[in-house]
Amino acid sequence: MTAIIDYGVGNLFSLACSLEYIGEHAVVTSDRQTILDADRVILPGVGAFGGAMEKLKAASLVTVVREVALSGKPLLGICLGMQLLFEKSREFGEHDGLGLIPGVVAPLSDDISGYKIPHMGWNKLDIIKDDALFSAIANKDDAYVYYVHSFYAKDCAENTLAVSEYGVSVTGAVKKDNIYGTQFHPEKSGITGLAMLKAFCNMGG
Amino acid sequence: MITKRIIPCLDVRDGRVVKGVNFTNIQDVEDPVAMAKFYNDSRADELVFYDITASAEGRKLFTDVLERTASQVFIPLMVGGGVNAVVDFDRLLKCGADKVSVNSGAIRNPALIGEAAGKYGSQCVVLSMDVKRADGKFTVFAKGGRENTGIDALGWAYRGQESGAGEIVVNSMDADGVRTGFDLEMLEAISQKVTVPVIASGGAGCKEDFLTLFNTVPGVDAGLAASIFHYRTLSICDLKKYLRQNGAEMRI
Repeated sequence: MTAIIDYGVGNLFSLACSLEYIGEHAVVTSDRQTILDADRVILPGVGAFGGAMEKLKAASLVTVVREVALSGKPLLGICLGMQLLFEKSREFGEHDGLGLIPGVVAPLSDDISGYKIPHMGWNKLDIIKDDALFSAIANKDDAYVYYVHSFYAKDCAENTLAVSEYGVSVTGAVKKDNIYGTQFHPEKSGITGLAMLKAFCNMGG
Repeated sequence: MITKRIIPCLDVRDGRVVKGVNFTNIQDVEDPVAMAKFYNDSRADELVFYDITASAEGRKLFTDVLERTASQVFIPLMVGGGVNAVVDFDRLLKCGADKVSVNSGAIRNPALIGEAAGKYGSQCVVLSMDVKRADGKFTVFAKGGRENTGIDALGWAYRGQESGAGEIVVNSMDADGVRTGFDLEMLEAISQKVTVPVIASGGAGCKEDFLTLFNTVPGVDAGLAASIFHYRTLSICDLKKYLRQNGAEMRI
């Protein structure tokens, strides 16, 4: 069973449907024990970093996510959920993140000009380090994923699995031990995204 | 590199897909969920559903269609039609929409864009506009193109962006259904005014029209069409291969 953490940030309907579609039992929950009992955990998120951290704290879920990370169970942060895994964010001020992966989240506008922001649409996934996460993708040299974001993770080269070019190398997927993150939305990235979710659901358990 | 997007548009009335030519003469085409799956499999980059239902029963059918589609199709879904208030955003996002487009509702109440963007984020809020040449300028029409608002389209697009719309769909009423190509002049004028993604709609008749669109108006991010895809005059797979062969960044 995969737990999708519900902390009142964004709509989890599509994500839950995508897991059911690939045959994985998914539970959308904010219950501590359900999350800790799951075989693997997904931390989703859309919206603003500061607000999301506040909600995670308010729901007493910060320590739960840390416990999952420490337990060695597969943990996947998606979009803002990935950004929360980092040490801090410079989104409208400075906010502390979960600090599970070294690096910071910064505005794309700091580093690129002449590009539309948000970075929204399908972009080519350039895999830097091959990983089990990509094992089910049919054609890794021609894989595209769907992004919607204005901030991105940087200073995290050591843990970066894949990037996409958008005036700068945008961190697309990261991994540190059992902790994964994708800036793109696998649940909206067609068969390529489903292949990654499938691979993730084959981990742990 | 980010790709250009190819987006089929499904007009849904009472749970079925219909397509109007110049907004009249509507013919029944097919079941929306089956069609969405077909487009997903043929590598559409996104799907647009417009609810052109008036009745409450039709609206319920539409949200059922949307939910069933979202549980089987995993690409972005944009939904519009009958969006007049923040509660409509809420209703559609809960059924699996990723983006909600607002058209006449924003003309009646321009504050709606900002309210929705504040609550759900700009990436969810799309300003859709029906534009026609009138009185020597590009003019916004409301109510499915029946009412001339007198609003200047370039100013409206800019205002929409400044209010928080994350994307703009520009439908040329002059070009719609005629299949003689996109309205390049109007699209160029509007894409010069805004920095958010612009989706071009209206006029696609053949694969060359999309290539001309992307080559001539670099500020356009996506081409939207309905009838040429619905009647299978053009397959999305073939179109995308053709565009990639001719230098456009495409997911195929």
